[in-house]
Amino acid sequence: MGKIRNPKELHSYREELLAKRTASRKVIAVCCGTGCNASGARKVAQALVDEIQKQGLAKEIDVRPTGCHGFCERGTLVLMHPEETLYQRVKPEDVPAIVEKTVKNGEIIAEHLYDDPVSGEKHVKEYEIPFYKHQERLILGKNGLIDPTKIDDYIALGGYQALAKALEMGPDRVLDEVKRANVRGRGGGGFPAGRKWETCRNAGRQQNALPPSGEAREGGSVPAEKRYVICNADEGDPGAFMDRSVLEGNPHAVIEGMIIGAFTIGSDEGYVYVRHEYPLAVKHLTVALEQAREKGLLGKGILGSGLCFDIKINRGGGAFVCGESTALMASIEGKVGEPRAKHIHTVVAGLNGKPTNLNNVETWANIPLVIEKGADWYTKIGTKSSPGTKIFSLVGKVNNTGLVEVPMGMTLRQIIFDIGGGIPKGGEFKAVQTGGPSGGCLPADKLDIPVDFDTLVEQGSMMGSGGMIVMDDKTCMVDVAKYFLNFLKFESCGKCTTCREGLRRLHELVTEITEGRATLETIQLIEELAATVEAGSLCALGTTAVNPVRSTLQFFRDEYLAHVNEKRCPAGVCKALITYEITDACTGCMVCKKRCPESVISGDKKQKHVIDTAGCIKCGICNDVCKFDAVRVY
Amino acid sequence: MTVKFTINGVGVESAAGANVLDTARRYGFEIPSLCHHEAVVPYGACRLCLVEITKGGRKKLTTCCNYEVLEGISVVTDSPAIRQHRAMVLELILAEAPDAEPVRELAKRYGVAFSRFEATRAVEGEGPRDCILCGLCARVCTEVVKADALTFNGRGDKRGVGTPYGEAADPCVGCASCASVCPTNRIAVKDTRDKREIWGRELALVRCESCGAPVMTEAHRDHAVRIGPLPADYYKTCTACKRKSLSGRLAKVGS
Repeated sequence: MGKIRNPKELHSYREELLAKRTASRKVIAVCCGTGCNASGARKVAQALVDEIQKQGLAKEIDVRPTGCHGFCERGTLVLMHPEETLYQRVKPEDVPAIVEKTVKNGEIIAEHLYDDPVSGEKHVKEYEIPFYKHQERLILGKNGLIDPTKIDDYIALGGYQALAKALEMGPDRVLDEVKRANVRGRGGGGFPAGRKWETCRNAGRQQNALPPSGEAREGGSVPAEKRYVICNADEGDPGAFMDRSVLEGNPHAVIEGMIIGAFTIGSDEGYVYVRHEYPLAVKHLTVALEQAREKGLLGKGILGSGLCFDIKINRGGGAFVCGESTALMASIEGKVGEPRAKHIHTVVAGLNGKPTNLNNVETWANIPLVIEKGADWYTKIGTKSSPGTKIFSLVGKVNNTGLVEVPMGMTLRQIIFDIGGGIPKGGEFKAVQTGGPSGGCLPADKLDIPVDFDTLVEQGSMMGSGGMIVMDDKTCMVDVAKYFLNFLKFESCGKCTTCREGLRRLHELVTEITEGRATLETIQLIEELAATVEAGSLCALGTTAVNPVRSTLQFFRDEYLAHVNEKRCPAGVCKALITYEITDACTGCMVCKKRCPESVISGDKKQKHVIDTAGCIKCGICNDVCKFDAVRVY
Repeated sequence: MTVKFTINGVGVESAAGANVLDTARRYGFEIPSLCHHEAVVPYGACRLCLVEITKGGRKKLTTCCNYEVLEGISVVTDSPAIRQHRAMVLELILAEAPDAEPVRELAKRYGVAFSRFEATRAVEGEGPRDCILCGLCARVCTEVVKADALTFNGRGDKRGVGTPYGEAADPCVGCASCASVCPTNRIAVKDTRDKREIWGRELALVRCESCGAPVMTEAHRDHAVRIGPLPADYYKTCTACKRKSLSGRLAKVGS
């Protein structure tokens, strides 16, 4: 079928698709997100296709390579609909048995089931697994049902119905709905999207001269003033991949959100600014845009309305700072990606000096939901001040790493322990950093705070774009601060003295602490300097960059003082301050002696070994390989 | 259109589109700055011109070189917080250019006797960088001279400024505007009888037909003729001789 000419045709097209699909056809969804791909998901999917073909089941079973299911720790994930049986860590060689036993005979293969490291239980259904059970996957859930390269999959699930509804509602009512739903920007700032849209829409025109229901654009004419909508997909936080997974797994949700935004604001041109390092996201988005154009969902006269809108992809070159809205717009304009002062907001004068509405991937993906189900439904999820869900990338020292989507207001403890399964190898929780490299580190006594935009800021951290790094008792908090300062001093654009020189100096000072060269004055200077970097920098990169060092100083001051006063690293991380020693528990097994890269361990078989500390490079291999817990770090 | 607002409680006015820093200085308020020049678009790099601006009941600390004047705002140019942050910024800048006289003077005026940070060196083991990365050189070269010979490079703590790849840059016309605006006097310009050495280039000088003093480089003259309204003949004599000849002519008219 070619172009869908109006909402009625969209409806009947969907009915046709559903009729074809309900014929008791099973779906096997293979997670082919970047994570699972790395563990061979494409090969698993191909093996499944081949095997199903071989067994003559192709008519009954649809093998669907999908986007990320979130549980990256356990890839490759194979999810069988409609039973929702989940097999994890599937390899291509497992496929014949899976098809023979499970697909044909409904027999469960125990070895592919998820076994809970906490309770030891095995789970058959995806929704029974604690990792999934406590989530509310409004956005991510569709990833497991859609082949992102097929627009029909999205339409069959009700895709683009929100757009049809929005066209019928008209811009005023759509705006009202988004405002009432209080969708807050998922890029980190948490600014209400509705208010942003409204300012952009009204920029440069008289309030009372607003065209009712987009009539001014009837017949495909260009709106009076050029306006842009932009999707920020320049996700640069180390270890964060929420936006990538949404774009890879469900690009049409983002596109649909942007079309609705463009309709409301009065824009005919959109951009997705996506990292060059996200090739799969770019590929899927490119395919999705082409298919949307073919179906008449982008271009002139969308679904028979007067709406004209198209989207271009702009690939970023890998600068973290280009995720900042003004730097991003400069980059699209072909200039150096450097932020500018926002005394005049980008909604008034943004890309090419025109009113520009920028939202992040996840925010755009929320829009179709809000329109389809309404603000009343949406505001029932999450908290009053932060409605809806938020996707986090849960990483670090936690059993179940991956992407999790939870209603706002869930506590850190629920996310880390109920969903994340707690700390691996019997370790103890020490801190969690939320909000990416410029977020704060919160200690154990903050575990019961609800996660929403405002509470996190109150507690000295931030939502950011949704990074969540869990740290255990073997993590040195001074070292953590040093790590993030190192990242940020390099990723600062270098324009402001406070950010460029300030972060360089903060890194130097924290390094002095980790190397035992600091005094109490160093800590005082860090605090003074951090205040100036925060107050004096132009963009949010600089003003938030001090969060890691400041929050660790606030919550883990003892650890700083141990480094400074006692020249000791309590977590045993900072190399200049630690010593490795073999204790009496040594059985003389000689394993550490063989593995020591510097050959500084001596001792005969069945005799206690000794480390020559003068030559020791503190690599920690002896500690890692010792089976008798006989290496002490102090 | 005229915009009215207050600075330190004093009513001031300025043309719309002007910035707060220029306006404040016009009224005699002292605000330090090292990256601002009226000839180029405000940039906001040095962060010394931090002031408190209250707009619509909300007070915030911001640089004022890139803050456009707005009706009804109130600006405060001095407070304990402003002084504290300016002093810290000056410590950072002083470490970048410890020998530059304008920087040292400014630091002294704001009570910074020395910097607690070691000197910033572009290359390990060499002397201080002596550049505060204000970008005035590159901005003048691009916006005023329109030669585009200088640019920022790198980012974060690896940021630098200069010719592309640090090589002698063909687009440089040797006008030395960069050197004249540099707040740390870091850009070397060497004139001999026939030529000027700058940014690794040697450019022939045009000498005044009348007095023999250097007028400009040949490349600069050609560039000026190409982009400007005046013919090459205009650049045959130096400014002093032009003035002399003009006043001579005017004197004749007068008598």
